[in-house]
Amino acid sequence: MRKSNLFLIYCAVNIVAFILVMSYSVYKADYAFRASNANAEAVKKFVLTDLCLFTEARYTRHPSIADIHTPFQDFPGSFEHFPSGSMVPVPDHLRRGYVLAE
Amino acid sequence: MSWLNKQRNILDFTLSSLFRNKTKNSALVLVYAFVIFMLASVMLFGHAIRNEASIALQDAPEIVVQKLVAGRHDLIPMSYVEQIKKIRGTHSVKARIWGYYYDPVTEANYTLMVPDDLSAGQGNVIVGNGLSRERAAYKGDRISFISFDGKPVSLRIADILPYESELVSADLILVSIADFKRLFGMNDGYATDIVVGVRNKKEINTIAAKIVDTLPDTRPVTRDDILRTYDSLFNWRSGMVLAVLFGALAAFIIFAWDRASGLSAEERKEIGVLKAIGWETSDILLIKFWEGLTVSLASFFSGFLLAYAHIFFSSSSLFTPALKGWSVLYPEFKLTPFVDPYQIAVLFFLTVVPYTAATIVPSWRAATMDPDSVMREL
Repeated sequence: MRKSNLFLIYCAVNIVAFILVMSYSVYKADYAFRASNANAEAVKKFVLTDLCLFTEARYTRHPSIADIHTPFQDFPGSFEHFPSGSMVPVPDHLRRGYVLAE
Repeated sequence: MSWLNKQRNILDFTLSSLFRNKTKNSALVLVYAFVIFMLASVMLFGHAIRNEASIALQDAPEIVVQKLVAGRHDLIPMSYVEQIKKIRGTHSVKARIWGYYYDPVTEANYTLMVPDDLSAGQGNVIVGNGLSRERAAYKGDRISFISFDGKPVSLRIADILPYESELVSADLILVSIADFKRLFGMNDGYATDIVVGVRNKKEINTIAAKIVDTLPDTRPVTRDDILRTYDSLFNWRSGMVLAVLFGALAAFIIFAWDRASGLSAEERKEIGVLKAIGWETSDILLIKFWEGLTVSLASFFSGFLLAYAHIFFSSSSLFTPALKGWSVLYPEFKLTPFVDPYQIAVLFFLTVVPYTAATIVPSWRAATMDPDSVMREL
């Protein structure tokens, strides 16, 4: 078989795989938005606020309601102590505070 | 047809030329595919986890009110519940009692929470699946804690939360209020924070501002704030991602630079011979175009498809050590394959196009020279 044919078949197989993968993603994503989600149900039922992704420190376990000063409890300006601190930045709302209502 | 045949002939020639340098070119494709794999893995994981968070947290509390004392949070008095209830627009105001427990046996941190209604009753707990797995504690077993005053407290596991909800509940322990107070010695009349329901969703920010107005020592966190926290998760600016991104980009730039900075003596000789036997400059450029495209496409497809399998079929196994960090308890979860076509298009145009261009440019310089002088240089 000609080498160009082999390459074109290789490309075609990859393109088909790529299309299949994308279609599967669209289907699963659509289903995820429509179907009941066990995580969402637990969040609603137990009034939770965060994902349980990083359990190594309090402020990474619940980053959205963390204490902004906790990461610097060792000394001011210390480098981030936990690896997950380099994946989840300090949320903006913890920095800015609320403006009083007029 | 003749145009198509010409392209196929040129492609045949290009592939034969690539196969002559099998070792060098396979190494090239391998490294190139690895760069794409790393970049695609980070992109796919970040996008999928952000979407997963937005679905999981869609019913998170509308407002969480925390009390701040000297810049840190503190227990909030129950009397604040009544004061917040008086703000027009709020419909449910409830105190949340929860905290952390460090378990010296497993060296893990747990989240203990008092639910509205613990069907299991006092002396019993409902635990997350991650915790059950880590402590090898199952339904009916007893789990021991040390209370704030050093006394042992033994509670029976009445149930285990479903593993499908591990992403939010892996370390969760649902406990009765009496047991919670026995463990932590928390005074009556205090809670950890207060959750507020708002009648009109458009007024959440106004209500939050009114809460601060009424109770200046509090900090409200809205549902949008919670969702935005996870929007920036695995963002390209975060340290770990930046390290991967820079590493991959540096490798890619070295690649492209190597291609763009000049041709090897072998390649120049090939171009000289082809020109001497009558090939046109455009044909030589076409060969180089196909060469660049062949290498790029082979690397892009294999890199991307491998990254997809890595993230969605093998639960991001390569990222797990980084994500786990120093945590003892880590949820087991499978991500829904959310893929952003825009991100794939960006990855494609930032890798395939520059590499192909970098292959053509030096060949164009050699191909426009006189074949005699190209061969004499060697």
